[in-house]
Amino acid sequence: MELIDLLIKIALIIVIFVISLVVAMYSTYAERKIAAFFQDRVGPNRAGPWGILQPLADGGKMFLKEEIIPTNATSFLFIVGPSLAILTACIGSAVIPWGQNLEIGGRVIPLQVTDINVGILYIFGVVSLGVYGIMIGGWASNNKYSLLGAIRAASQNISYEISMGLSIIALLMVTGTLSLGEIAKQQHGFWADGYFSWNVFKQPLGFLLFIVCAFAETNRSPFDLPECETELVGGYHTEYSSMKLGFYLFAEYINMFISSAVMATLYFGGYNFPFMDLIHSPNLVAILGVVALFIKIFMFIFFFMWVRWTIPRFRYDQLMDLGWKTLIPLAIANIVLTGIFMTFFK
Amino acid sequence: MESLSNKKKQLEIKPLNFWERAYLPAIAKGLSITMSHFFKKPVTIKYPEEKREFSENFRGMHSLKRDEQGRERCTACGLCALSCPAEAITMTAAERQKGEEHLYREEKYAAVYEINMLRCIFCGLCEEACPKEAIYLDGDIVPSDYLRKDFIYGKDKLVEAPLNQ
Ligand code: SF4
Ligand code: SF4
Repeated sequence: MELIDLLIKIALIIVIFVISLVVAMYSTYAERKIAAFFQDRVGPNRAGPWGILQPLADGGKMFLKEEIIPTNATSFLFIVGPSLAILTACIGSAVIPWGQNLEIGGRVIPLQVTDINVGILYIFGVVSLGVYGIMIGGWASNNKYSLLGAIRAASQNISYEISMGLSIIALLMVTGTLSLGEIAKQQHGFWADGYFSWNVFKQPLGFLLFIVCAFAETNRSPFDLPECETELVGGYHTEYSSMKLGFYLFAEYINMFISSAVMATLYFGGYNFPFMDLIHSPNLVAILGVVALFIKIFMFIFFFMWVRWTIPRFRYDQLMDLGWKTLIPLAIANIVLTGIFMTFFK
Repeated sequence: MESLSNKKKQLEIKPLNFWERAYLPAIAKGLSITMSHFFKKPVTIKYPEEKREFSENFRGMHSLKRDEQGRERCTACGLCALSCPAEAITMTAAERQKGEEHLYREEKYAAVYEINMLRCIFCGLCEEACPKEAIYLDGDIVPSDYLRKDFIYGKDKLVEAPLNQ
């Protein structure tokens, strides 16, 4: 690889990193505003016009708070927990195709950090590592509530990962590839060969299963049992303070951003948008594609928040029932149906 | 047994049907309800800038009144302090000197008059007890502050502004 390519990659990585952090930061603001609108309130409005400096104020507060490590906690693991949570949240974005290739001065710049051919497996690996951050943090705190939260997080993630994986298998049967770049390319435009080209229209049940599991994997309401404040004080982050707590909360928002990006890429056409073939300049298409992808991502993030401020939390046994007795059988049925459909109609 | 009000209603507990168990219709219904609230006007009153209208007999901060000639009406009889259920009022009485007739209406007046706004429960009993119509709770909401000692309001904050101003 040439030096200039390397520099472009590094620049791309930095840009994506900064974008995920900024999006996560403003998701906290958006969450509070949206929650307020759903409850007929106005939300934060004191820091700056309409309160748009609120995330900065929150971040500053987090930094300045006292750093507390409880006496009975394992201090090394206590610090490793949030670090791991934020790390795994950040590295997921590496395989997401943000847009088509840009062409500047005869040089092709791919808007994807790396198009490994096992992109989906990579995402899965990262997601399943994410639970370690929560588990280690909750365990190292040496507190009953934290431990309960950590156990819940672990068992919930394991149960929902299965049905998530199964719902993906049906998608893989349709697309025939594990590479996210390839999957995005296949959903070109909006209409192809007499049918919608986006995967959500080919795999509606699979998408439903996937989004339910995505809620569970990101620990968002109605599956926010690991941090359920009515039962467990703060769940796994009960003992955390200052920026370590900030990292946990931040990781949740980055996870939400990444899983929205993954859902948009896998099921909602990624950077593709209707009538993209009518535009002839490929660079313009690429840039509009990035805009389209971000619009889709923000719609998903809005949906995450909409659900959070609507639906009450599941009880723990209901959560397990739903995961094992409903989602997994449905996912398997989805695979079988997809197989039958592919054999007889294609 | 017959219930007294005759309003007893027998509820039927049925097992959930398929759609109820599938959660999704109920979730969609809930989502549409919250969405309808999304576009409603917020009911928030942004307090320091906007204020809710007070009712006519709202009891706010106390003020010590002056009479028509601008003299303080209070004669430091102590009835307000005596009637106060929260023991929020203290005062020190003093005798009116020659040449102070334009300041105080009676021969005896309150040299120090303090109300602890953290103790006060705004019941208005002081207002009712006062024989001289010297104290009324006709002010605004007592503003917030940082220190306890700043909630002890002396005459500087309580007495009405003099007439000629
Ligand atoms: S309003 Fe009630 S509590 Fe307050 S000073 Fe008067 S008597 Fe005391
Ligand atoms: S305010 Fe009224 S009741 Fe209280 S001491 Fe003065 S005159 Fe007496």
